[in-house]
Amino acid sequence: MSIAVTTQFICFAVLSLVIIVGALGVVLLENIVYSAFLLGGVFMSVAGLYLLLNASFVAAAQVLVYVGAINVLILFAIMLVNKKEDLKPMKYLNSRRLISTTICITLLSLLIRVDLSKVWKIANPNLSIGEESTVRIGEHLFSDYLLPFEVASVLLLMAMIGAIVLARRDVLTKDISTGLPVDQELIEKSDKPLLIKKN
Amino acid sequence: MSTGLDLEYSFNELLKGLGLSSEIAHIIWLPFPMLIVLVAAVVGVLVTVWLERKISAAAQQRIGPEYAGALGVLQPIADGLKLLVKEDIIPAKADSILFTAGPVLVLVPVILSWLIVPFGQNLLISNVGVGIFLWIALSSIQPIGLLMSGYASNNKYSLLGGLRAAAQSISYEIPLALSVLAIVMMTNSLSTVDIVNQQSGAGILSWNIWRQPVGFIVFWICALAECERLPFDLPEAEEELVAGYQTEYAGMKFALFYLGSYINLILSALLVSVLYLGGWGFPIPVETIANILNIPINSSFIQVITATLGIVMTILKAYLLVFIAILLRWTTPRVRIDQLLDLGWKFLLPISLANLLLTAGLKLALPRFFGG
Repeated sequence: MSIAVTTQFICFAVLSLVIIVGALGVVLLENIVYSAFLLGGVFMSVAGLYLLLNASFVAAAQVLVYVGAINVLILFAIMLVNKKEDLKPMKYLNSRRLISTTICITLLSLLIRVDLSKVWKIANPNLSIGEESTVRIGEHLFSDYLLPFEVASVLLLMAMIGAIVLARRDVLTKDISTGLPVDQELIEKSDKPLLIKKN
Repeated sequence: MSTGLDLEYSFNELLKGLGLSSEIAHIIWLPFPMLIVLVAAVVGVLVTVWLERKISAAAQQRIGPEYAGALGVLQPIADGLKLLVKEDIIPAKADSILFTAGPVLVLVPVILSWLIVPFGQNLLISNVGVGIFLWIALSSIQPIGLLMSGYASNNKYSLLGGLRAAAQSISYEIPLALSVLAIVMMTNSLSTVDIVNQQSGAGILSWNIWRQPVGFIVFWICALAECERLPFDLPEAEEELVAGYQTEYAGMKFALFYLGSYINLILSALLVSVLYLGGWGFPIPVETIANILNIPINSSFIQVITATLGIVMTILKAYLLVFIAILLRWTTPRVRIDQLLDLGWKFLLPISLANLLLTAGLKLALPRFFGG
């Protein structure tokens, strides 16, 4: 085995271990802040796997989008609503855990079954396009994947408008879920009403 | 296009001459550029700290450090030693794991980004294809470290500082990336070496600053905001937040933050010079000078001179920008948090989007000047 192959194998083993242990930690840890930070670690290790597959652009995009944007937003949400309150113990906690464990293990075994039953095509490593892949991704995004790409942007826009409406409650006079008038006292006064006039 | 000095190739040839296989020679070569760049970064920090002290003193009509070495040049080393031997304190109610991991997560991405800073045609650690995009991706990891240390300190000022730092770097990352995108569009490549080569045609006249003046200003403002330099140093605003996320830190952990912020400043200055000021290029192209003096461009003597000149030019341009950043720090007042976010989202973002659109239009209309 040449040095390059050995290095790749060691990297792969370490990254896989970090992904598996980290993902288990995300699910099993009691402290939600630890879970969020571990999630960041898992995302980073996935980026490392992409690097091992010669997909450096995808790896950088993974870091930028998942670690830099999504994980930071999750942390933000956790830290801004980190109320100190004692949560009520759930009923039938143990049986709930049992059921979810069973479902997860079933899913895992199904995935392993799929993995073992199909003969996967392995690309010839000598034909790897390497740095060319950035150009190739761009070509695909602007030709045959143009529609999904644009639809995704519309989806994100909708999500953003929804978030703004929910966050700036002064645009609604009634609470959406309870139907009670919204308490306007605590909300910071805006100079202009955003979408509809307040009465 | 001459390839210039290729140290790795010469080194490998030398080791092969000693009877080693090329693979082993490559492995022996690997640590050298990394070590050199790391040492260069740390020395750069020492120089910047000294400059900061001296220039701030001049701005306030003081003398500044003068007893440690001639003109106080040893003062940064004294500062560093002090931090090194200081007691490392972890507050009793802090979360010790996250408290320790935070500064590391802030420093490591910044140092990793030096991977792509070119000092010459072959004088960089790795000419990776994703180049400048790697830097943008890596710098987006930093807020996590800041949030981590802010949260782990178990202190309201730290938490506020961490949240502010993360909010700030998220909002300024977008205009920053968009102004880089305009450059990338002109170059047709993400690689920093290609970006510099594209500007090397006519010396100072072909630098990107003339073709991307708006992008240059937007990038510089965003880079200052990413480095948390005044006027954007809200995360550690002394009057409001004690010292922000650094409040509870002492000793070496504080030194990591300190080092990280200065390395980041130098890195940003280097990248501004790579993206907009022609990188290692001399204001008059070296090829032209060599032609006038009738010296063959490929002789090894000229190549060594060119490489040295390239390194000197890169560092000179970067330190000019560092100087401007220091002057800005000591002459401008701090913006408020709402002004900061307004500037980022309502001014810089639309401007950089318009700049991108304009660049695309100009690229189609004048492919000769804007990279066809």
